[in-house]
Amino acid sequence: MNGEKAANLLKEFQPDENGFYGRYGGAFIPEMLYANIEQLKSRYLDIIAGAAFKKEYFSLLKDYVGRPTPLYLAQRLSAHFGASVFLKREDLCHTGAHKINNTIGQILLAGHLGKKRIIAETGAGQHGVATATVCALKGLQCVVYMGEKDMARQAPNVARMKMLGAEVIPVMSGSKTLKDATNEAIRDWIGNAKDTYYLIGSVVGPHPYPDMVARFQSIISDEIRKQLHEQTGTSLPDYVLACVGGGSNAAGAFYHFLDDRQVQLIAVEAAGHGITSGKSAATTQLGTDGILHGSRSLVMQTEDGQVVEPHSISAGLDYPGIGPLHAHLFETGRAKFLHATDTESVAACIQLARMEGIIPALESGHALAALAQLQLKSTDKVVICLSGRGDKDMENFALEMLNT
Amino acid sequence: MFDQKSSPVLNVFCTAGYPGADSTPEVIQALQESGVDMVEIGMPYSDPLADGPVIQQVNAIALDNGMSISKLFHDLQDIRKEVHIPLMLMGYLNPVLQYGFEKFCSDAAAIGIDGLIIPDLPDYEFEKNYKQVLLKYGLDFIFLITPETSEARVRRLDSLSSGFIYAVATSSITGNENVWEDVIVYLQRIASFHLNNPVLLGFGIKDHKGFHIASKYAAGAIVGSAYIKALSGDSDIKSLTGKFVRHILGEVEAGNL
Repeated sequence: MNGEKAANLLKEFQPDENGFYGRYGGAFIPEMLYANIEQLKSRYLDIIAGAAFKKEYFSLLKDYVGRPTPLYLAQRLSAHFGASVFLKREDLCHTGAHKINNTIGQILLAGHLGKKRIIAETGAGQHGVATATVCALKGLQCVVYMGEKDMARQAPNVARMKMLGAEVIPVMSGSKTLKDATNEAIRDWIGNAKDTYYLIGSVVGPHPYPDMVARFQSIISDEIRKQLHEQTGTSLPDYVLACVGGGSNAAGAFYHFLDDRQVQLIAVEAAGHGITSGKSAATTQLGTDGILHGSRSLVMQTEDGQVVEPHSISAGLDYPGIGPLHAHLFETGRAKFLHATDTESVAACIQLARMEGIIPALESGHALAALAQLQLKSTDKVVICLSGRGDKDMENFALEMLNT
Repeated sequence: MFDQKSSPVLNVFCTAGYPGADSTPEVIQALQESGVDMVEIGMPYSDPLADGPVIQQVNAIALDNGMSISKLFHDLQDIRKEVHIPLMLMGYLNPVLQYGFEKFCSDAAAIGIDGLIIPDLPDYEFEKNYKQVLLKYGLDFIFLITPETSEARVRRLDSLSSGFIYAVATSSITGNENVWEDVIVYLQRIASFHLNNPVLLGFGIKDHKGFHIASKYAAGAIVGSAYIKALSGDSDIKSLTGKFVRHILGEVEAGNL
């Protein structure tokens, strides 16, 4: 995938052979998953570099997903914030979010590995829908684990997954959200290691998932560079903003800018009701070093090492960890981490709807909300990764409009 | 650890802080009195990835009961006054890391713990960062193998393990059903490797049949979910444990449980 560029990336932002970005990453998995992880680890780079894989991947992204997605100079938003604000329209991808860039890549990989049954976890349901979609495309069995609480707040996506032929299994354990759905998917994988491929939706999990997902999502920053160059004569913006839960759209939006130090990378976490409210999902602010879902990263946990239940209005950011690449970007200062509350995100979504005629997902609303926190100059070029569209969140928006 | 023992080994798993907040020492004593050869004490965790519903549920109960590694070490400080059989601690890596790995080993050794089982600590990490600490405190470390583990890897994990090798009966989470014909083939294959460590069979062992197969084709068995289930009755720990162990050993019929 974009081989020359990836090869040029500084070693600092590439995982080592054991999957570590600095001290974050690795594969902390029980022996029951060793053979699967080892198979993936030893084969993923060769498979995705192969000509047949690349041809199918890029042709599906173009003709099925609808890439490249536009890079749109939002005129009224720009005037409002006093800088050139560009929206990377991942919301226009087939299925309504960036998640499908990754599921297309992984479903082709699963095919190369001869796997017949696909499992996935989902929070907001966007990854579940994107997985159900590619399984339908390839005629593969699809099982999606989703927290019971998320199934209630993202009901339209549950219906979409079922219509696409996926089995959606409600997860009742723990906080009944993304963390627990991930646990349950891993348990399924432990029990069905031979025939099943676990299609992880974010840059989390044991190595090589974080690197693999980042590579599949890196198409976002690859396109941004080219499109910005066409539109402005330079491929480097001053800022790239993206929301971060696990961090897949941020990883994709940052990937090809990691070495360009003059580009300020801004990751925006979900503050929930506020960082100190006890109801937040801002992992870099509240987390400490720990192990979650097979990798070492920052984790929201108690002093005893029990993972705490996070909170965010957006199911896609409601996760008590963060991908190891992002923990490394946070630690090294390569990316700056900001945060936005539930309320700020909803307000930013409504603002975008009324100013640009685009209804974004609550997740993306966090990135939009952070615009107000930047000290922008009129010459600044700001790219916001608009990771998904807001159809799934209409109930929340309707409620907010009733209250205001 | 049980070099002297020629008869089959029965290792029973319990979860610290279950059924009651303070019942861990009582459970361990009841297991010893019932004739169990070794006890594995599970340290509860919020996200037990390799465990089935039974152990997940008791992990949650134990955490609600206020169980933590600090409390466990406190509860077990005098355990060696009464209990002489080997005691293992089993748990996930994250809580151990938060406690501090070296402090954990030091405190565990001080109360007389014999070894550790941490399924999500991979072998290369173990060798690089943890092996020396375990040696320093004289603790055994047990690796898991599965039917999918290659011969070369089984041998490598055997060379890194001390105490015993934990053979997972079927690649699955805890508390599942086993296909015994496959388990026997697997155990025969492992036996043909003539490993340094004795092999104990775990996962899905819930009755005398499982124990019998584990005893015949390996050094013995580890029983977890089935014991946890048996403990959920409302009579006293001692009698429930006695009945359960006699059932596993084949001394009573299941119907009498």
